[in-house]
Amino acid sequence: MHDPKLLLLDPADNVVVAIQTLEAGDSLTVAGQRVTVPARLTLGHKLAARDIRAGEKILKYRVAIGSATQDIAVGEHVHLHNMKSDYIQTFTLDNGQTFSKTHDHH
Amino acid sequence: MIITDQAYLRADGRKGIRNHIVVAYLVECAHHVAREIVYPYRERGVHLIGFGGCYPNDYAARMMRTLCTHPNVGGVLLLSLGCESFNRNSLREAIAASGRPVETLVIQQSGGTRKTIEQGRKLMADLFAKSAAVPQAPLHINEFIVGTVCGGSDATSGITANPGIGRAFDRLVEQKAGCIFEETGELIGCEDIMTARAATPALAEILRDSVTKAAKYYTVLGHGSFAPGNAEGGLTTMEEKSMGAYAKSGASRISGLLKPGDIPPRGGLYLLDVVPDGEVRYGFPNINDNAEIAELIACGSHVILFSTGRGSVVGSAISPVIKVCANPETYRRMSEDMDVDAGKILEGRASLDEVGREILDLALAVARGAQTKSEELGHQEFVLTYKSFEPIGPSCLPSA
Repeated sequence: MHDPKLLLLDPADNVVVAIQTLEAGDSLTVAGQRVTVPARLTLGHKLAARDIRAGEKILKYRVAIGSATQDIAVGEHVHLHNMKSDYIQTFTLDNGQTFSKTHDHH
Repeated sequence: MIITDQAYLRADGRKGIRNHIVVAYLVECAHHVAREIVYPYRERGVHLIGFGGCYPNDYAARMMRTLCTHPNVGGVLLLSLGCESFNRNSLREAIAASGRPVETLVIQQSGGTRKTIEQGRKLMADLFAKSAAVPQAPLHINEFIVGTVCGGSDATSGITANPGIGRAFDRLVEQKAGCIFEETGELIGCEDIMTARAATPALAEILRDSVTKAAKYYTVLGHGSFAPGNAEGGLTTMEEKSMGAYAKSGASRISGLLKPGDIPPRGGLYLLDVVPDGEVRYGFPNINDNAEIAELIACGSHVILFSTGRGSVVGSAISPVIKVCANPETYRRMSEDMDVDAGKILEGRASLDEVGREILDLALAVARGAQTKSEELGHQEFVLTYKSFEPIGPSCLPSA
């Protein structure tokens, strides 16, 4: 169960979305656990809906929107500091000239 | 279903929901004179568009032709300096052949700034009279074309406004209206999900190629369609933003791929490929939201559904822009600029289906003459830059 300030977009997701501003120190329920909001987070930011291991896909809308760059505990803010895109880097320039897909993105 | 009995019937059979006079400058050097001619009439539906470049460009010529002959346009005044490369005669001929009144002023021949402004304002009365004589006729929903774009996105865009627009698109497509979504650069990461909706396997490949082309463009330019404001709003990656943008397309089958200036041949859902073909030239594919809006209008869009989370204020020349605000906090701050408060979904004040219905109803009301917020506030942004495209092939528009 999640706090009503948090929205789970799809049951498969491992992040929830803040649907109102969360203040630093707020106590929230995420997946039945009490967590404390570490810093002020505005609407739209993501929190881990469960423990996520480094390298695991971040799922939102039941779709991978990137992967974790470190272990993320339930309730932690999920953003640029602990996840990265899996996508745009798959397109690189060879010697600055040739466009190629370096590996399959599927 | 008949949306209105009072659409403007053009000689080519297309029907407009507005009857704007357009003043079009053909090079930046004629921009000031054009703007001065428009100024006293700006609240009477006279809109300013133009192309700033002095060098010839097929894309710009096609965009100007399709915009000056858009069904929402009732008459055109062309403003030329005189020595620019833009072919003013072929543009004038195309507009005249479309049955619209058209006049041309060449500043070097008219005797400079003041004299050209005087002549232009004198020509306005005649253009008003001629454009007012256009016959009116019923507009069926299967003749209605709606485009969608997002700008100033945040993480609410993909939760409220974009899926709300998607619901409205689904209802429009069911009734055989033409619906156009775009910005292939914002669909990077969604290729598999999107191509599964294509009407034919050949179209699926074309859709995928259009996104690959966009990825190449952004890679070469070293810059994705991801602005610092997006991350501040809680979006972390390109693919996360893409999923949010993609939600605007709804769930209908995708009937075809268009390029700027292609008119949907029949109702259905279309992807507009806005990224130029060939080697990367001329810089960023779309320098701002209005560049995309102008292209959606060049594809015949009568109305634009604009989704914003952080809060855009823009409208457009030629076609009304309906702003759907995704974020309830932004809505409270900027409600004078917003047509739909989609963020109320987040506050339990409406469901996604209800917001979708509200967007659809408003689009139909605007087609009947209701003014959007950006129209009331006098917005008529327009921008057109250099690009190059190859024509679409037959597989882009498989028959129904």
